[in-house]
Amino acid sequence: MSDAPTDASSPGPLSAEERDELRRHGILLTSVQELYNWGRSHSVWPLNFGLACCAIEMIAASMAKFDIARFGSEVFRPSPRQADLIIVSGTVTKKMAPHVVRLWNQMPEPKYCIAMGACAISGGPFKQGYNVLKGIDRFIPVDIYIPGCPPRPEALLHGLVQLQEKIRQQPLRGPDAPRHLRSDLACDATVPELGAEDIEPPFSPELWKPPTLVRPDKA
Amino acid sequence: MMLPDPAATGLARVRKIEGAALGLRTPAFAPEEGAGDLLEVSLGPHHPSTHGVFRMDVVLDGERIVRLKPVFGYLHRNHEKLGEGTSYLGSMPYTDRLDYLNSMTNNWAYALAVEKLAGIPVTERAEYVRVILAELSRLLNHTCLAGFLMQDCGCSGTPLMYAFREREKILDLFESLSGSRMMCNFQRFGGCRVDPSAEWLAATRTLVDGYGAFLDEFEALLSGNEIVMARTQGVGRLPAALAVNAGVTGPMLRASGVGHDLRKVDGYGVYPRFNFRVPIGRDGDVYDRYMVRMLEMRESISILDQALRGLPGGPILDPKAKQRGLRPKAGEAYGRIEGPKGEIGFFLGSDGTGNPTRYRVRAPSFVNLTILEDLCLGHSVADTVIILGSIDIVLGEVDR
Amino acid sequence: MESPEALRDRLLARFPGVSVELVPNGSPSGQVSLRISPAGLREVARFLRDDAALALDQCSNVTGLDSPDREVVETVKESQPGAPGGPPVVIERKQTRIEPGHLEVVYHLYSVARRHGPVILRARTGNRTDAVTLPSLTPVWRSCEFQEREVFDLYGVVFEGHPDLRRILMWDAFAGHPMRKDYVEPDDYEWEPTPHGEVLAKARRHYPSAAAPGAVQPSP
Repeated sequence: MSDAPTDASSPGPLSAEERDELRRHGILLTSVQELYNWGRSHSVWPLNFGLACCAIEMIAASMAKFDIARFGSEVFRPSPRQADLIIVSGTVTKKMAPHVVRLWNQMPEPKYCIAMGACAISGGPFKQGYNVLKGIDRFIPVDIYIPGCPPRPEALLHGLVQLQEKIRQQPLRGPDAPRHLRSDLACDATVPELGAEDIEPPFSPELWKPPTLVRPDKA
Repeated sequence: MMLPDPAATGLARVRKIEGAALGLRTPAFAPEEGAGDLLEVSLGPHHPSTHGVFRMDVVLDGERIVRLKPVFGYLHRNHEKLGEGTSYLGSMPYTDRLDYLNSMTNNWAYALAVEKLAGIPVTERAEYVRVILAELSRLLNHTCLAGFLMQDCGCSGTPLMYAFREREKILDLFESLSGSRMMCNFQRFGGCRVDPSAEWLAATRTLVDGYGAFLDEFEALLSGNEIVMARTQGVGRLPAALAVNAGVTGPMLRASGVGHDLRKVDGYGVYPRFNFRVPIGRDGDVYDRYMVRMLEMRESISILDQALRGLPGGPILDPKAKQRGLRPKAGEAYGRIEGPKGEIGFFLGSDGTGNPTRYRVRAPSFVNLTILEDLCLGHSVADTVIILGSIDIVLGEVDR
Repeated sequence: MESPEALRDRLLARFPGVSVELVPNGSPSGQVSLRISPAGLREVARFLRDDAALALDQCSNVTGLDSPDREVVETVKESQPGAPGGPPVVIERKQTRIEPGHLEVVYHLYSVARRHGPVILRARTGNRTDAVTLPSLTPVWRSCEFQEREVFDLYGVVFEGHPDLRRILMWDAFAGHPMRKDYVEPDDYEWEPTPHGEVLAKARRHYPSAAAPGAVQPSP
């Protein structure tokens, strides 16, 4: 963003209260970043992707009682080529993991991922599973985590609003810019292969590191 | 119409033609004589109409299906292995996640199997409450199925919206009773976890009284609808003998003309006390399966009415019945109930310790999928989607 | 429906070369089963399906069971010559031997036509390593098709005569039979905040310095 003017005679950037006051008088002052992000965040179209029980709550969130459409997610796209958001709802198994990652790769940028439910975050109640992938963030970058088993539709809506907030905060330049505006980042995630005992690789090293152990002193 | 014999037809065999002979610079491929143009397509595992992560490898001759192999396991969460490592009570929340649309009936089937294994009697009030919750689950499941089936037929969204509106009312009841909308974890060995209050029973009474009107509204536009009938009648016929031999249970079996309902055959719980009919279809096609479920909902309303009127007092759970630390004598038991999708059964083996030595789930959707190929042969892909919708599978119990 | 003992006698009379034994059930469910020798399993199954009185036309459930190899400690008495002129000395010696395990398949049969059941059949394999073949009952009851594939996938029992025996729940390249008692799952998750049992053992492998509870770790 441009530096604040140093000339004492010209005014500095307007505060939020001043802009609100102007808006009440019918004058809208905005920036390209705000407008761009406002348009993006208020029409996030999810992919029609449900794995397990959380998918039913996702469907319930799109139905009349909870109505995700009023948040901009009017249509769930069946094709990843047309979707902005993948809501990984349900347990990701190792057999399904290559397909989920391939779907992620097929989604064009800008794309976002919500891990809905305990199973998508870390494996959930099925963590001790030979076929369960312990969290989808081992392979694709997750933006919002929604805990619950299953999370209520209101929790999903809260997560969606958080995602919209996150999109609105993204600057258009600099290291925090979204992936589609940066030419130095790779867009494709590693697709795992199904091996003889486990998927190979078991996780994507650039995205996920095993947690370190921190325990408070039990004095 | 002559259908190709599936055993004889294989994939298209191609032979390489020397490009020079055709005047081409690159080698060309042409189908062998008599093989026709066969196309192998994988429908799924991500597909808007597969009711979960389910894949069908189909071989198509034009629009007609020549071979279909279902592939699943994309949601295999080793429920049975977890059951071996968990106590009997600890497995109850996992049974919620089998058929995740109807957790109450899964819980009941598991509780029934453990009660058979350990010889635990159930209190009378709990038996009535179990019937009430199971019939509410049945209403919920069949309503959703009608919505999903219509969605597959192409009414994109509207019947599903109405179905989910009613589902939300039943989920509100489940939530106020058990604390959770879907994963209720409600049944215990010898009874239920929570005693329903008078307000809850009054709310259930209001719902049951109004459900008939909703079904009238729902069916008015759908059951006699010309397009629905044209798309579903004659599609996916299942002969009765094949249905029985293939282990098909539930509304799918009854739509083929076999009057087999475990509520009448086994007479578990207090079902023998209620007066209800079992709707039976005639042709076994998709329309019959849809209509059987519609009529079953009407019977469920009648059972609910009788159960609510006849609900006795008494304890909801015998305080002396062991829940934690249950150690049944060494032995085995197989317990089954008529769930909304079919016969859901649990086979438990005990060796005297607190964890079962074998914990097996007999899932109705898993066994009902055996004849998917037989039903779909000769039909088009669009019909396959409807046939799969009418079988009413849920991947949580297919893959466990 | 006739009692399991009467059924066993009828089967023994009808199929002389086939061994049919009654397996008792200690639980109050009272569901006793009949163990059939593998060679005669399919004829017995066909007979049970086509018999007019039983008419067991539906195989409802197919279960696999795993009995791993067991170490059996036996006391062996040996008599050795004692002091010259004296009586022989009896020495007791403890000897361990491995009793080979087996895999077992249990079929629950019901009759839709006669509304009775269950009749429970069992069949055992020779061992868990190379003699794991059993005849498939899919030609008799179509419902066994997917369920036997599942037993093949998760236990490793090979069903001879099955039309399409391949893995059903795990992927095709997977090696191993996960439901066996000695299956070791891949080591792909780490320490849990509330460790217990084998999870704690696994945590110690990943975090050896955390062996003592309450040990302070430097945060990264």
